[in-house]
Parts: sequence; C-alpha cells; structure tokens
Amino acid sequence: MPDTSAPAVEIAGLVMRYGDKVAVDGLSLTVERGSITAVLGPNGAGKTTTLETCEGFRKPQGGRVRVLGLDPVAQRRELLPRIGVMLQSGGAWSGVRAEEMLRHVAKLHADPLPVDMLVERLGLGDCGKTPYRRLSGGQQQRLGLAMAVVGRPELVFVDEPTAGMDPAARRTTWELLQELRTDGVTIVLTTHYLDEAERLADMVHIIDRGTLIASGSPEELTRGSSATVRLVVDRELEPSASDALRASISDWSAAHGVDVQSISFGSRTLEDVFLHLTGRELES
Amino acid sequence: MSTVTPGTFTPAPGAAPLAQQVRAQAAMETKLLLRNGEQLLIALVIPVLALVGGVVGAERLGLTFDHRVVDVLTPGVLALGVLSTSFTSLAIATGFERRYGLIKRLGASPLPRFGLLLGKVIALFGVMALQAIVISAVGFALGWRPHGGLVGVVVAVAGAFLGTLAFASLGLFMAGTLRAEATLAAANLIYLLLMMGGGVVLPHSSYGGGGGVLRLLPSGALGDVMRSGLIDGQCDALGMFVLVFWAIAGSLLAGRFFKWE
Repeated sequence: MPDTSAPAVEIAGLVMRYGDKVAVDGLSLTVERGSITAVLGPNGAGKTTTLETCEGFRKPQGGRVRVLGLDPVAQRRELLPRIGVMLQSGGAWSGVRAEEMLRHVAKLHADPLPVDMLVERLGLGDCGKTPYRRLSGGQQQRLGLAMAVVGRPELVFVDEPTAGMDPAARRTTWELLQELRTDGVTIVLTTHYLDEAERLADMVHIIDRGTLIASGSPEELTRGSSATVRLVVDRELEPSASDALRASISDWSAAHGVDVQSISFGSRTLEDVFLHLTGRELES
Repeated sequence: MSTVTPGTFTPAPGAAPLAQQVRAQAAMETKLLLRNGEQLLIALVIPVLALVGGVVGAERLGLTFDHRVVDVLTPGVLALGVLSTSFTSLAIATGFERRYGLIKRLGASPLPRFGLLLGKVIALFGVMALQAIVISAVGFALGWRPHGGLVGVVVAVAGAFLGTLAFASLGLFMAGTLRAEATLAAANLIYLLLMMGGGVVLPHSSYGGGGGVLRLLPSGALGDVMRSGLIDGQCDALGMFVLVFWAIAGSLLAGRFFKWE
C-alpha cells in the first residue's frame, strides 16, 4: 500500500543551477494533500525548474525532494502512474488529433477517466480533425490539462495552466481544477497571474530568484496584521491631500516614536504583497 | 460546458499492464507514420517507382547486369525500403517529437522509456513488413524470381535487421542533435543521394572503378547483403561486418549525443 500519510510534496533546501546561474536557491516548502497550492513568482523565478524536479525530470543538485513520500528520481516508475503532469507547452505528436492523443494517454493508465466526458468538459470536441500543430495555444493547453488528469491521479502538477487562454477557457480550467480538489485531488500549480492564485489557491508560496519569500493562504497574505494599519477613505485623494495626509501621519508617528515603514493607497492585494517583499512589480 | 457529478475525479491511479501500453504505443506510432503523406511517398511510392522505372528503363536502354534486371533490382529496392523507414521516416518523426515535447510528455506518463523504444521498433518493423509485401508483389508482377531459397530469405531478413539497427541509430543521432527542420531536410537529402549513388538499388559494380568504396557505406552494404542472399543464396560477409560496424558506431553516437528535449 502506498504511504498515504506523507505530505503531497516536501521540498527541503532544494538547490538547482544551470551553469553558473542559480535557478533555485535553498527552497523549502510543503504541500498538504487535498489542497490547491499556487507557486507564484515572476518569469525566471525558478517555478518550472522546481516543478520539473518534483516530476523527476531533474535531479536535485542540493537538498531533498519527496513527492507522495517517494524520491521522484530513484522511485520514478512507482511515482509516475500516481501523478498527472501538465507541461508548460507541447506534449503531443505534431500530426495527432486532440481526442486521439487523449485516448492514447488514457490507454497507458489502468483505470482512466471516460475520454468523452473530458473532451466535452474541456471543449476539446471543437478541435475535430485538426492536427496538434495547428491547434490554438488555448486548445493545446486544455489538451495538456486533460492529459494530466485522465489517469485519475492523486496529485497533479500544472505549469502555467491558463497562459495564453481566453477568459472563457480560463474559467473552464479554474472550474475543473476546483472540481478536482473537491474530489480529493491535490493540485500544485505555477502561475504568474495574481488573480489565478488569489481565486484558486488554498495556499500560496511566493518565490523570487529561487527562494521562498512568503507563504500563506491568500487571506493571510493579504490581511493586515496588527503591525499594519490600513486607512480607507471615502474619496479619491488629490496628490496634495495625500501629501498632507502623509505629513500628518509623519508628525503623529514622530510624536509617538512610531516608525512607519510604508504607506500604500488602495486595497492590498497579492500584487502589493509581492511589491512589498521584493520592491518589484510581478508582471512585467 | 456541463458540470460533472462529485466523485468523478476521485483518485484511482495506476499504470496499464505494460503489454497494453506497448501495444497502444506501437499502434499509434504506426498509424501516424502511415498517415503522413510525405512519409508514404518515401516508404512506398518512391521505391515502387524506382523498381518499375528501373526495370522498364533498363530494357529501353539495353542496360544489363550479371543477372536479370528485375532479379538484381528487387533486392536493392527492398534494401531501399529499410533505408526509407528506419532512417528517413524515423529521423523526421523523432525530430518533430522532440520539437513538440512528445517525448517529454510520455516521459511523465506510466510508459517506461524502453516501452517507448519497443513501441517505435515494432512500428518500424510493421511498416517495413508492409513495404516488403508491396515491393515483392510489384517485383513478382515484373517477373522477379528470387534464388537462394530459405538461406537467401534468412540472409535478407538478418541483413534487414542489422540494417535497421545501423540506420535507426544514425537517424536517431541526427534527430537528437539537429533542429527538426534541419533533420527534415537532411534526412530527405541523404535518402535521395543514397538512392542514386549509395550502392543500395544498383550494385556497386555499376558505379565503375571507384564503386568499391560504396561497400563501406551502410546503404551499399545492405544492398550487397540483400543481393547476395536473394540472388545467390550466399551471405555477403563484408556487408554484414560493415552493417555491424555502423550499428555500433551509430548507437554510440546516438547514446552520447541524443538530447530528449
């Protein structure tokens, strides 16, 4: 019997380098079962490298990775049937039809989902006889997601699942991921879309330059703690008014010996969190 | 798009039995090889044209070989069939599989890598069997009378097997190192050059004084082995040796330089 008590993913001190460039720099995080976990970060933060290490494509150069309690490289054959993988792009023969490809992947599994249901659910019926290389980016993404879940996996890794999708396809994808979680599937997704992480994830790990800079539920990350004061006003402030406000706050804090570390106008979002932590905008 | 009933996605993971996976893989590879019009042109149309054109043309031009024209050309065209599938088709298909991330995708599926290779090999032999049937049928229609009996057939099959190893490893080496477009162009060009000047369809003796060099090419060696078996019932030892050499060299090169992505 597989060990069902181990966390879905355990990463401890992972280090990955490409030549001189450090892609992942001592990353540690844990993914609990039955959750949707988003790994959020800008392009080049090390998200895909981390995912590919969990999928057994890359051997950790430092640290330790366990997926469903297994070593993804040494116990790859045992692990692979239990996980679903959606690559960032590609993953089919250039001349294959979408449904044909999905049926093929289904045949590699013992007890696959009904292919017709997935085709309908993800709107892949529209692809018809079009060969894979001529499908739109969004269609290729949806096929990629279907291939990741068709084997009834316990754990699904999805790399930028909605990149390049139109809003309707995005919604469909989000709904499917939520249904998977409801049925007990663990989902790890990478994204650089804040709204995706905020809307879907139970837990968000923000990574930048290969290190974890914050973890928590979207609420925890965006909620003000006792050290943060949010000021909400009922109108837009003129620049001069906000300057006056700043000055008053500054006077008050000087009088009370309080060090104000930042003042932000508008509501705090994951974007603010990222900006606050890194001093940079997330989406370039 | 409908919603689904709760419980639809409840995990029930597992790999299909290996035999089923390999069967599915071989069936898919075969289907896609045969669906591609360009591949079919290379696998069947060109060899059949070479055989018919060669026999008719030799008659018109009064060309002669040591044996009847059709008896010399049919084994050579069978060798051409091996070259087309195990080198050109395999290289082109593999080049685009790399480009489209298929090999990586299957690498994350329950199908083990040797299952993938086995599926490919079965598909190659399936397509080559089909080619052998069509080419032999056309040969018989043109009056081909193979000599050499059972020994000849065994030599031809062994030669085709070694030729497949040699060409497939060289094809994988090329597909695993070049871009898909470069592989497409190079695989087709090499096929045409070897068909015309590689000692595969025509015996090396037809190329004049320097023709002996062709015996050292995998194409010339395979042609020689096929002809020695199906014309004389002999085994061309040099040809066999050359094929083994290329199979080893190709495997070492592919093993060392092939990149899955």
